[in-house]
This record gives sequence, structure tokens and C-alpha cells, in this order.
Amino acid sequence: MVKQESESANRPDNTAFTQQRLPAWQPILSAGIVIPGFVLIGLAFIGIGVALFVTSRSIQVLELDYTGDSNGSPCSSCSQSVVTNCKCSLNFTLTTLFQGPVFFYYGLSNYFQNYRRYGASKDDNQLYGDLSYFTSPSSSCSPYDYDSSKKPIVPCGSIANSMFNDTFTLTWTVNGTTNNVPLDGKGIAWWTDYNIKYRNPSVTPLKNAFNGTVKPINWAKPAYELDASDPSNNGFVNQDFLVWMRRAALPNFRKLYRRIDASGDYQKGLPAGNYTIDIAYNYPVRAFNGAKKIVFSNVSWMGGRNEFLGIAYLVIGSLCVVMSIVMLIVYAKFKFPDEE
Amino acid sequence: MCQTVICCRVTPLQKAQVVQLVKKYKQAVTLAIGDGANDVSMIKVAHIGVGISGQEGMQAVLSSDFSFAQFRYLQRLLLVHGRWSYIRMCKFLGYFFYKNFTFTLVQFWYAFFCGFSAQTVYEDWFITFYNMVYTALPVLGMCLFDQDVNDRWSLYHPQLYAPGQKNQYFNKKAFVNCVMHSCYSSLILFFIPWASMHDTVRDDGKEIADYQSFALLAQTCLLIVVYTQLCLDTYYWTAVNHFFVWGSMVAYFSITLTMCSNGMFYMFTSSFPFIGTTRNSLNQPNVWLTIFLTFLLCILPVVAFRFIFIQLRPTINDKVRYKMRTEELPVPAPRRLRRRHSTRSGYAFSHSQGYGDLVTSRKFLMKRSTKRAPLFTQTDSSIFQNQPQHYRTIAEEAEESQGHSP
Repeated sequence: MVKQESESANRPDNTAFTQQRLPAWQPILSAGIVIPGFVLIGLAFIGIGVALFVTSRSIQVLELDYTGDSNGSPCSSCSQSVVTNCKCSLNFTLTTLFQGPVFFYYGLSNYFQNYRRYGASKDDNQLYGDLSYFTSPSSSCSPYDYDSSKKPIVPCGSIANSMFNDTFTLTWTVNGTTNNVPLDGKGIAWWTDYNIKYRNPSVTPLKNAFNGTVKPINWAKPAYELDASDPSNNGFVNQDFLVWMRRAALPNFRKLYRRIDASGDYQKGLPAGNYTIDIAYNYPVRAFNGAKKIVFSNVSWMGGRNEFLGIAYLVIGSLCVVMSIVMLIVYAKFKFPDEE
Repeated sequence: MCQTVICCRVTPLQKAQVVQLVKKYKQAVTLAIGDGANDVSMIKVAHIGVGISGQEGMQAVLSSDFSFAQFRYLQRLLLVHGRWSYIRMCKFLGYFFYKNFTFTLVQFWYAFFCGFSAQTVYEDWFITFYNMVYTALPVLGMCLFDQDVNDRWSLYHPQLYAPGQKNQYFNKKAFVNCVMHSCYSSLILFFIPWASMHDTVRDDGKEIADYQSFALLAQTCLLIVVYTQLCLDTYYWTAVNHFFVWGSMVAYFSITLTMCSNGMFYMFTSSFPFIGTTRNSLNQPNVWLTIFLTFLLCILPVVAFRFIFIQLRPTINDKVRYKMRTEELPVPAPRRLRRRHSTRSGYAFSHSQGYGDLVTSRKFLMKRSTKRAPLFTQTDSSIFQNQPQHYRTIAEEAEESQGHSP
């Protein structure tokens, strides 16, 4: 009667969704999945670890520190004086062929390119070639946006201002003759940086775009004169500038300087012999206990030499296998009975 | 020590006072169920008020937290829905704290390596989207649909209700466990990428250890670990759960790829500085090997611990879940259609051990018919006929209990 009608009007929906009866997969951690899973993962890890370790071991690396922080170390004369344009040289010897392609890096230590204010101190619009930002750089660049006479700095910001400016030349001495090893600076930055992220303003000649602006305070030459030998390597798309602007994540890092050009004597890499690096020591790091070094390295499918991944995989793989044995013992002994 | 008190002939105020007495002195969670206007004060005073809609009108329903049509649904409310709700809430809290502590502690470890300059280790957009987009829906799915044991098994094993009464799933100890787990995960999530990106380069010699690639690596590792932890916590995978979890993962990769794409950079140059990062770092084998290592190193200990604890110290939930997979649920006893139990109304009792068994064992009904001659006549369908309430006596001691009502 009345009661029954109102009852069915109030009756809730009887669908699977509202009554929480949706069909579902209900997985359980059962021994049949966990123990073989651990064994498989352990074995796979050990395999990968061996491959990584062997590959890493086969990569050759040569590091040469040239900070000159103690007497008798190379370039100590340059580090202690405040003379600009100081030149020093480093000698090293290779006993075997250094397999190519060989990459020439410079490395910095205790240098915090990941500092927040430092990292925010640049103007992406300016670096994209937008001329309106040449006359008024973004305030995120301050205090490196205008110089003392209120002229805009291009490229503004702390990252650009602190660009690394040591230069290196490499010579190889064999049988009394000294040969200049050719270094290739093309394509050392990411192609997306070169082609998309950074653009020169579309003004020819490039120099005219920089009228009314000044170069960053610590730079020797303005942006449009960064590379005298190659006119296309000037402005914001200069390869060294791009490499520097891609700021590092950690305080000890290395950045690609050049590639050993694989031509002539150097087709297979750097042959054995005596080498000399002539350094124009411009970049001061001793004030903050930083260090500078040169690194020669070749690469493989896993990148540069890094033994951590190989060792980590081996260790974790073995631990997985051990854990699976432990779990098997626990399961065999303590298999819980089905009680209420 | 008496565990049951029966008060009869009580006024509404006295009913509320009984509940208040238990609340105050026993520090217990109280539930009051009633169907009439005289039960309203009791329902309001108790922590959980349940109203029965029906013969006495809608007063009790309007003032209650839950309402249903028949008294016997209380069993389902407590043992099925209440239990599920408690489990879902605790899983949600534990997981939410875990994912946010992990997220924040990684930033903390990075502070030691960035000169304590508050540089975020993740990209700004990732930080914005992490709680709103990437991890919002999967948690919601888990909290809406999760069931560890289905409803019929929950009713068959009322002991499953005990962990909720003892506050076992989210207490100080569980919170500390969660924090420790987050610490461990955050250490792995920071230091493994740190060690594997330290001083290394791409396979063509170019930069991979730059800030943007490191941020991308750290955030991908974090999200994969956090999703897998959710997958381990979810016991009941409906289609909606699958959609939310896999959809969120796909959303992460698509949003990240979009933000690193050329188009977004051309439109909003200074908002999307991460242009090109995915293309240049996610095609490197060592990046993916790092992600794989981090993910397994965070997840495998959890799996191992849970498995070993299930073997060594199975909780009742584990046992019932295993049983559920192997056995068929016994057919429930056919309900007797006599509506005698619906003549009960206006109970106020607090939880105490043995109540679950007592309430659901229906011992009263068995004993009642054999012990003594009924003092009052029973009709089968009194609920449909507007007759005054019939009070049943359970034993002779009930007459003494009249003196117990305050």
C-alpha cells in the first residue's frame, strides 16, 4: 500500500557500480609469483650489470687538473698572480692509442651552477632573438641586466656573465716534430639548443642588432665577436656559449669543449706519444676553492665512464637472488596454515 | 563485569545520557540506532547515529548519519561498509603521506648539493601538477573502490572488524613506518640518479648531467615509484582503477613531452624553458637503466617485506584473502522471514569484545524460544501493523536491569 510504494521509491540503485560489485582483478602476493619474480629480476640484473661494468671498464679517461693551487703543480704561476692573459702548459704522455672518437672536456669542481638565483638569472626571450628584450632585459637578470651607465647588457644575466673563457690548444710531439692536433668545435651543444631554443636576432650584419647595448661585464669580447674564425658561430648560437648556458645539475661537472677531429693521423684516436696542452688561463676559480681540470674521454652506448651503474646492478642482482632464497626458506618453513 | 546493559522504559533524555556515559567513561566510539522520534537525542549524542526509516516516521532518519530501512542492515553497515571505509581511509592517509614526504625529502637531499639555495630538483610545472593531475586520480580510484575482502566474506568472518576497533591500520606506529619508508625511498630516488649522472655524458659525448635532464630523470623515477607503490596498495582493481592509473602515467608522459616541445616554447618562451630535454635525455640507455634500477630498488624491499610478513605473521585479513581465492563461500543460511528481530528498537550500546559475535550469532533468538514461556504475544508482522512495541525479555536478570537505568 502506501508504505510499500514509498519503500520502492527510496530503494537505492542496484547496479554493480553503486553496490560496489564491479568485476575486479584481485591480485595477491603469492609465493608462485614473488619468488620466481625475484629470481628472474636478480638474474636479469646480474646480466645487465656485467654488461655495464665491462663497457665502463673499456672506456678510457684521462683527467688533468690545472687549477694550480699548490706550488709545483702545473699552472701555479697563473693561478697566483692576477695577470690576465696568463699562459701555461700541461704535458702528458699516452702509452697506448686512445681510441676515438675522443672528446675533450673541461671540468669544474665546487662550482654551483645549480644555485637557484644563478639559474634564474637569464632572459629566455632575449636569447631567442627578440629585439624588444634587447632594450629592456627581464628583471630576473638583475643585477646583470644594466651596467653602471644604465645601458642594457646583452646577453643579460649571471649565467652568461660567468661564461668559461679558458682556451686550449693541443699539440703532439713525435720524432722531434710537433703537430697541432685539430679540434672540432661544431655540434658540441644539443641540436635543440642550437636550432630552436637560442636564435640570433634576424638582423644582418649581426653587429647592428647589438647597437645601444653592452657586452656582459666579465666578457672580453661582445657576443657577435665570439668566434672570429667562423662567422656562423657568433651571437647566441655560439657552441661554447650554448654548452655553458646548459647549466649543470651538480657542483662537480664537465662540459664538452671540443672533439678530436678524426682525420689524418688521428683517424683512430689519439696515437701514443707526448702531448702538450697550451692553456690561456683566464678563468679564476681559486677564490671559492674551485678546481679546474681537463678530461679526455671516449664514449660507448652507456655514455661516459661511470662504474656506479654496473656495480649497482651487480650488487642488487645478487641481493635479489639471495632474497629469493631467503623467501623460499621462509615460505617452506612457515607456510601459514588455513585457520580461522 | 557486565558487558551488556539493557535499559527499558527510558525517556529520550535518559537514552542520550546512557550514550554520553559510555562516551565519557569508556572513551569508546559509540553507535546509536533507533527508529523513532524518541531516539533522536540518542542518535545525535552518539558518534555514529543510525536511523531506521519506517513505521515510526522519518524523525530518526533526518537526524542520523546513516539511515536504512531495516535493523538487520546494521550488520552490513558495520561489517562491510564500515570496515571497508576504515581500510580505505587508512590506505589513503598512509599513501598520501608517503608520496608527499618522498617528493619533499628528495628536494631536501638536493639542498646539500645546490648550496642550500632552495633550488627545486624538479621542474616547476611538475611540482604544480604532481598533486593535482599526476597522482590525484589513482588515489581517488583506490579510495573509492578498494575492497580487501568482498562483502559476503566480510559478513562470514566478523573478526575482520577487530582491526578497526583497535585502530591498527593508522596509528602513530603506522605513521612512523610511513615516514621511514619515505626516507628510504627519497634516499634511493635522489642518490641513485646522482651517482649515475655524476660526471657522465651522452652516448655522443654531449651533456646529460645538466640540471634539466637531471630534473626530468628525478621526476620520472619518482612518479614511477609512486605509481607502483599505489599498485601494490590497491587490492581491488576495477576497470576504473586501471583507467586512472595507466591514464595518469600516460598523462604524465604526454604532458611532459608537450612541455618540452617546440610548439609550447614558441608560444610561451619563458614559461617552458625545458624545450628539448625529453628528446635529448630520454633516448639514452643509461637514463632508462637508472630509472629501472631506482624503481626496482624502491619497490622490491616493500614486496619482500610484505611477503615475509604474510608468511611469518599472517593477519586475519591475509588468511581470509587467501581463503577467498581457493575456497567457495559457503551458502548463507536462508533468512527466516519472520520479522521478530525488527521489533527491537532503540538500542544504545558501545563496542566491547564479544559484541560482534553476540550480535550476529542470533543466540537470543535460539534461547528465547526454548527457555521460558513468552510474557507477551508475538505477531509476525508487527512492523506493518501500527502496534505498540513489544519488549522481549532475555533472562530473569533483565528484571533487575530495570534498576540499572540512570
